Amino acid sequence: MLTILFDGIAYGMLLFILAVGLSVTMGLMNFINLAHGAFAMAGGYLTVVLMQRFGVPFLICLPLAFLATGFLGAIMERSLYRPMYAKPHLDQVLFSIGLAFMSVSAIDYFMGSQQQIMQLPDMLKGRTEIWDGALGMGHYRLFIIAICAALTLALQYVLAKTTFGSRLRASVDDSRVAAGLGINVNSVFAITFAVGSGLAGLGGALGAEVLGLDPTFPLKFMVYFLIVVAVGGTSSITGPLLAALLLGIADVAGKYYVPKLGAFIVYSLMLLILLWRPQGLFVRKGGH
Amino acid sequence: MQKRLFLSSLAVAAAICSTPTMAQDKFKIGLILPMTGPFASTGKQIEAAVKLYMAQNGDMVAGKKVELIVKDDTSAPDVTKRIAQELVVNEKVSVLAGFGLTPLALATAPIATQSKTPLVVMAAATSSITEASPFIVRTSFTLPQAAVGLADWAPKNNIKKVVSLVSDYGPGIDAEKYFKDRFTFNGGQVVETLRVPMRNPDFAPFLQKVRDAKPDAVYVFVPSGAGAALMKQFAERGLDKAGIRLIGTGDVTDDDILNAMGDVALGVTTSHHYSASHNSPLNKKFVEAFTKANAGLRPNFMAVGGYDGMRVIYEAAKASKGAGGQALLDAMKGQVFESPRGPMFIDAQTRDVVHNIYIRKVERVGGQLFNQEFETIKDVKDPGKTR
Repeated sequence: MLTILFDGIAYGMLLFILAVGLSVTMGLMNFINLAHGAFAMAGGYLTVVLMQRFGVPFLICLPLAFLATGFLGAIMERSLYRPMYAKPHLDQVLFSIGLAFMSVSAIDYFMGSQQQIMQLPDMLKGRTEIWDGALGMGHYRLFIIAICAALTLALQYVLAKTTFGSRLRASVDDSRVAAGLGINVNSVFAITFAVGSGLAGLGGALGAEVLGLDPTFPLKFMVYFLIVVAVGGTSSITGPLLAALLLGIADVAGKYYVPKLGAFIVYSLMLLILLWRPQGLFVRKGGH
Repeated sequence: MQKRLFLSSLAVAAAICSTPTMAQDKFKIGLILPMTGPFASTGKQIEAAVKLYMAQNGDMVAGKKVELIVKDDTSAPDVTKRIAQELVVNEKVSVLAGFGLTPLALATAPIATQSKTPLVVMAAATSSITEASPFIVRTSFTLPQAAVGLADWAPKNNIKKVVSLVSDYGPGIDAEKYFKDRFTFNGGQVVETLRVPMRNPDFAPFLQKVRDAKPDAVYVFVPSGAGAALMKQFAERGLDKAGIRLIGTGDVTDDDILNAMGDVALGVTTSHHYSASHNSPLNKKFVEAFTKANAGLRPNFMAVGGYDGMRVIYEAAKASKGAGGQALLDAMKGQVFESPRGPMFIDAQTRDVVHNIYIRKVERVGGQLFNQEFETIKDVKDPGKTR
């Protein structure tokens, strides 16, 4: 029971890191970036290549994956995404899903279509059991939870306490008025996009071991990201966090207790929540 | 003037005569494989094996030049069918071969029947494929063969209580059904049957369920890529320490990627028809030549299916003196020969492969991981056909 809860939390934390960038950029520019998973995949493959071909230690790969995908995100934002902001939603969706498919084919071409296998350092393998095995915790999952929790606190701090945070919140709430007040919305968005992509890349690197990594990754997890964003709302980071945890725990517990229904649980849960609160679980007053 | 006329008419005559004889002098094989997409490794292995067979046995058979036409179907059934049609109508191939997955073979079956073109299945493993057309011959294996082999072995080796965990698609359900039937018949007990969605991101809840059921072993069938992730989580979750053994059909410890799985694969017991470490002079030669020709790639069970498929085609073409259609098909039926996997034959009634199933265990040999065979179940027919 507790083990299931633990696994669910680890899984949810991972989903949160993967999806938080999408949620913020969607709230900020009202732009649905379906290619978000491609950045996660980029981070995952970067880690695999660095570890397998160049023997870089796993713990060094993680910040590298963050920086590299963040940089990639910044370039893409400046060159490809920015001209799309003024376009209708259909164009944006077609553009970003096209980008996702292109990334799938590109990885397939260069890396092959097989699942990537990576070997964790020994210190992250293994497992601790307490209370006569009532709670079993894989060390790697503990590691994921610790990193994700630290990141969440950091993000919350930046968002709530710093000048950049208040600029970001102002831009999310009303970008036109924010621009009128002298906030450079474009640069706020560029930075947010880069950090969001970087976090996705980090999530991809962390998740390669648990979620598997193959070229269809962006498509496989697109639905999960969108559920997190739809349920959590786009105006804060606590919303997506709780949504991701809920999703993770529901998915793991659902598959454990009613394996016949399998993945179905998550979708029905989302339907119910959205019927109950169409704006998502958590809507900040004053936001829109 | 007259001389020139004579020469040009000679040239025309030669051209007229030579075109049809050229076509007759060729024996065309249409090889349709998934060369891109998630099953590209299947295509790569089979193509390499087919080319190896041709390099070893020459490209002349029954006085005709063998022409191999390789096409990529991206593992989409409608594409496979279209390519097969083009190969039969435009290229006039004598035989269709390849077929990486069950739906691809099934989609193409009507074309084989209508055009009376023998179709050699080198990979797809669902039992019912050979019943889809009287022109289908199989040189790979059937999943039920592997499953019942293990179900016969397990009860004799202190495995009485099993949880099965399979990917939720055709072959997975086959693997579950035939294992469960035979295992229960042999006095074992399958306490839980778990089906994992194909696009499942995480095995954690299923493995926890297995652990809490406390069986003697968990029987798994998952596509080979997912097998690596499964084994890691199996060890990470401490199922091995809880005294649960991991058994499965040989797909899980695919030779192609076994080495990359690392130590978590050690001790996994599987049943299959081919291991790259099969102990016979023929196999040693095969593995050596294959590895050499493909930059160190180790042949897996897909490769051996392709290699034997070419053997069946070549020998049948010799016997039919290069004729196609029914004559070629008849010459394929009943072939008995020694394959790198061991002795095998093509059952003349069912056109399906009959071979030994080996029980193997993953061990480290000379720094590499191999499936070491330690028990043999002789001449296993496809149990899907005997009922």
